[in-house]
Amino acid sequence: MCLAVPAQIVSVSEGEAVADLDGVRLVVSTALLPDLAPGDLALIHVGFALARIDAAEQALALEALRAAGADDAA
Amino acid sequence: MNPSEPFRDPELARGLARAIAREARARDYAFMEFCGGHTHAISRHGLEDLLPASVRMIHGPGCPVCVLPIGRLDMAIALAQRPGVILASYGDMLRVPGSGGRSLLKAKAEGADVRMIYSPLQAMALAEKNPNREVVFFAVGFETTTPPTAAAMMEARAKGLENFSVFCNHVLTPAAIRAIMETGDAPHLDGFVGPGHVSTMIGAEAYAPAAEAYRKPIVIAGFEPVDVLDAVLRLVRQVNAQEARVENAYSRAAPSAANARAAQITAETMRVRDRFGWRGLGEIAHSALTISDAFADMDAEIRFALEPIDAADHKACACGAVLRGVTRPQECKVFAGACTPETPLGACMVSPEGACAAHYLYGRFRTKVPAA
Repeated sequence: MCLAVPAQIVSVSEGEAVADLDGVRLVVSTALLPDLAPGDLALIHVGFALARIDAAEQALALEALRAAGADDAA
Repeated sequence: MNPSEPFRDPELARGLARAIAREARARDYAFMEFCGGHTHAISRHGLEDLLPASVRMIHGPGCPVCVLPIGRLDMAIALAQRPGVILASYGDMLRVPGSGGRSLLKAKAEGADVRMIYSPLQAMALAEKNPNREVVFFAVGFETTTPPTAAAMMEARAKGLENFSVFCNHVLTPAAIRAIMETGDAPHLDGFVGPGHVSTMIGAEAYAPAAEAYRKPIVIAGFEPVDVLDAVLRLVRQVNAQEARVENAYSRAAPSAANARAAQITAETMRVRDRFGWRGLGEIAHSALTISDAFADMDAEIRFALEPIDAADHKACACGAVLRGVTRPQECKVFAGACTPETPLGACMVSPEGACAAHYLYGRFRTKVPAA
């Protein structure tokens, strides 16, 4: 119910965007995220783009996660 | 590649599990994952098996379908049965049992015009396409789902639609956390895994008052298995360091502050109810939304002069206690017997985010007692 899925934004027009969810294309409203741009990664929920997923933040997060797991106490 | 893939990496997951095992040695920990989505992630990916015995995960009431009292569903069914009404609903609500074993799906089979939609904008489009019918959108969900309802109402207003209204049952998560902490039989909790997608709308900082008031860490997490393990590790670390703050482990998608546009349109179209009943938690103050005065003409409760219905759960259903984290699904007398996903007695079994559904689908192999 409250789960959103990440999708690639393919194109943007007035109030709407075309999102690619793992190969499936969907038209979503950008009413909540007006400055979405093609190439962005966004969370899609009930026909709306909710939030941009920041690729840089994502990369940093993954690095930190690898480090947290690799920390081996002797 | 699916953008979620890196957060499903088994190596990453195992590394985090090892770190948790190392750091969760000195004592026991009990964390509540608030969201049904987190409960399902934990079950589906077998995360319980990766966590040490010292860490116990307790599911919370974060399933908006599960916490909706039966009376509200009865009201929606009654609405759907009115001549001329098209009731537009998310799929999750269609099979939830109301009083007397009725459901929206059964009402549809009996002739009520119930339409499944996946977006409030589709409900609004139904109103545009059917000017001679009254289209009512059955709005359910936490704060992730609320701004989309608000956006649909704004658009309906802009288009001058007079046959569109909303039956509003949106609920608020911080109030639910408050209620959990204040119920008499609250399980002992050391912290919370907080709602990642809700936080994309209201901002992670919305949980700071609860963390402070109850002195429990709250880690906002995404819904992939690595996200959940990361959150548990951060919670263990905070507990060990005797900290109790909000930590945003989902900063790739959730900001600290609210989405301004979402907040604005929600404030215009909805307002906080004085109180609202929640299955399992009773009446909670300031925990739910109704339509604002400015949009009162779109409030289905006003337009149809809806009588409130106060109905009790099915006698054998333990959903209330399950939602509070006090009873585990397998401890319910009818679990996997009379109550299954095909023949649900309560919302927790039929909702895709329900704790009972999660355990039925992914957890029974652990607790099933072999025949003698």
